[in-house]
Amino acid sequence: MGWAIAVHGGAGDIPLSLPPEKRLPREAGLRRCLDVGIAALKAHNHPLDVVELVVRELENNPHFNAGKGSVLTTSGTVEMEACIMDGKTMKCGAVSGVSTVVNAISLARLVMDKTPHIFLAFDGAEAFAREQGLETVEMSHFITPENIERLKQAQEADRVQLDYTQPIPKEVPKEAAVADGDSQIGTVGCVAVDSEGSLATATSTGGIVNKMVGRIGDTPIIGAGTYANHLCAISATGRGEAIIRGTIARDVAAVMEFKGLSLKEAAAYVIDQVPRGNAGLIAVSSTGEVTMPFNTTGMFRACATEDGYSEIAIWDSPTK
Amino acid sequence: MGGWAIAVHGGAGVDPILPNERQEEATRLLTRCLDIGISALRSNLSAIDVVELVVRELETDPLFNSGRGSALTEKGTVEMEASIMDGPKRRCGAVSGLTTVKNPISLARLVMDKTPHSYLGFAGAEEFARKQGVELVDNEYFITEDNVGMLKLAKEANSILFDYRIPTLTTCGGGAAMENQLQMNGLPISLYAPETVGCVVVDKQGHCAAATSTGGLMNKMTGRIGDSPLIGSGTYACDLVAVSCTGEGEAIIRSTLAREVAAVMEYKGLNLHEAVDYVIKTRLDEGKAGLIAVSKNGEVACGFNTTGMFRGCATEDGFLEVGVW
Repeated sequence: MGWAIAVHGGAGDIPLSLPPEKRLPREAGLRRCLDVGIAALKAHNHPLDVVELVVRELENNPHFNAGKGSVLTTSGTVEMEACIMDGKTMKCGAVSGVSTVVNAISLARLVMDKTPHIFLAFDGAEAFAREQGLETVEMSHFITPENIERLKQAQEADRVQLDYTQPIPKEVPKEAAVADGDSQIGTVGCVAVDSEGSLATATSTGGIVNKMVGRIGDTPIIGAGTYANHLCAISATGRGEAIIRGTIARDVAAVMEFKGLSLKEAAAYVIDQVPRGNAGLIAVSSTGEVTMPFNTTGMFRACATEDGYSEIAIWDSPTK
Repeated sequence: MGGWAIAVHGGAGVDPILPNERQEEATRLLTRCLDIGISALRSNLSAIDVVELVVRELETDPLFNSGRGSALTEKGTVEMEASIMDGPKRRCGAVSGLTTVKNPISLARLVMDKTPHSYLGFAGAEEFARKQGVELVDNEYFITEDNVGMLKLAKEANSILFDYRIPTLTTCGGGAAMENQLQMNGLPISLYAPETVGCVVVDKQGHCAAATSTGGLMNKMTGRIGDSPLIGSGTYACDLVAVSCTGEGEAIIRSTLAREVAAVMEYKGLNLHEAVDYVIKTRLDEGKAGLIAVSKNGEVACGFNTTGMFRGCATEDGFLEVGVW
């Protein structure tokens, strides 16, 4: 037993040839967020506070697809979503369609703490943010040149195949490979457990590039992208539609409970059920274990446990 | 074993002193919807088509809390949500924050069939609806006099209670409310509008499908999303089973109720009735909810820990039952 923490910056088709200028800032970002989380755990902060803090850092980092640096909708706008859950109380909060709130995860936390609801979206969420005095900015704050470029390329690729009145087979990824091979999908997340076994999870994202305005992904859906109970805390990333259908986050805990598998076995089992190239997750258990399986080319991730283990990785780690 | 089966619901949590007239209206509607579903099944429509058809009927009728007759937001407007899931391949579609779409469940179906996404909300969903040419109406169409009255009473009640977890009793100012210990979602049961309608079906091929639709919680904050459009919470279908839930949305979400039924069948090997029983008894804590479910083997089950649930079910071998308590 002891504390444990894991963070992720998105799973996807991250090419092994990712140039240093794209790789290094993200690795540095993961390292910094991991350190922030570790310090908070060592200072005996509650895991709920820890995950919120870490995800805020990830949202503020423009290299990840959340908060600043969020990918753009088909209209070139930003619609962010986030979700937080407390494993002990099973209280949770989620937001979607947020365009001006600097830290969507904190808004999700307020939904959890200050309303009788779990999930607020779009105008209602924005109004609530203002009522609560959360920091809001112009939407342009979140938009980066890289994402404008990503959208442009995605739309050029789509022009050939896209017509929303035709049935689009779900198995075909809508996002075409972008020239620089950069991952089109991503999310950020953090899971943590303290030495008492209290668990928490938080996930935040801008969604997928060129998404339809109003599209809600897996991140704010409890049981899909985010889930925590007394056994474990999970944050998932990848192709939202696959994660929703697979109720990924919930299933890890369900498999542990109903099939008696360990955290690692349960997480691997669940990821295995998802078609290749679609998902990854980070998870911690009440007994301080941590696991970070994925079936995509890579997943930006980092973890640490109280006994001194720590890891930062993108692709398969040699120790696996 | 085998054969088709169908169940419909019009919400869990019924005022024990609900006037007979209302009970009769409800049972008539449930019976009508069951009949529609049964005819469709006998005509070999697939499960996914049947659930959509039946839920459309429930949305159109103003009696229950979906489509026309939806509960009102704190602003007195209607914001509807729905989801649909097809067991084979677990395809799904969901919508939230609809204000002009006459049949939300059909828009959810279109999200599933015509977009690369699973869930659209608010302005984006409305825009999609316009592009798809679905029937649109003014928001006023959905608002009934009954619900305008209920909203007023709910606001009066809420001015005393804010946190729905607090199990204190309050008497409301309105004439319709009586001293009553029962509460759901922080409102005395007489003001509480059952949240949802739903339908689950297994067709002759053994394919399961589920659909759920609602106006949500009376006096909810605008932008509030409940369990109905959330896959795994209010709605779920896979190879084994299809489930639609109703009741306290937040409790259903926390317990991922619909997925739970399937998970205990899949991972613990429970049969449908055992699974429904287990989930209702152990997964809700202080939450109040109900659900209907069918299995690929043609079984049907419903469970609830509330006072009553408007429901009806039928199986191919001739079983038919409509109930409130």
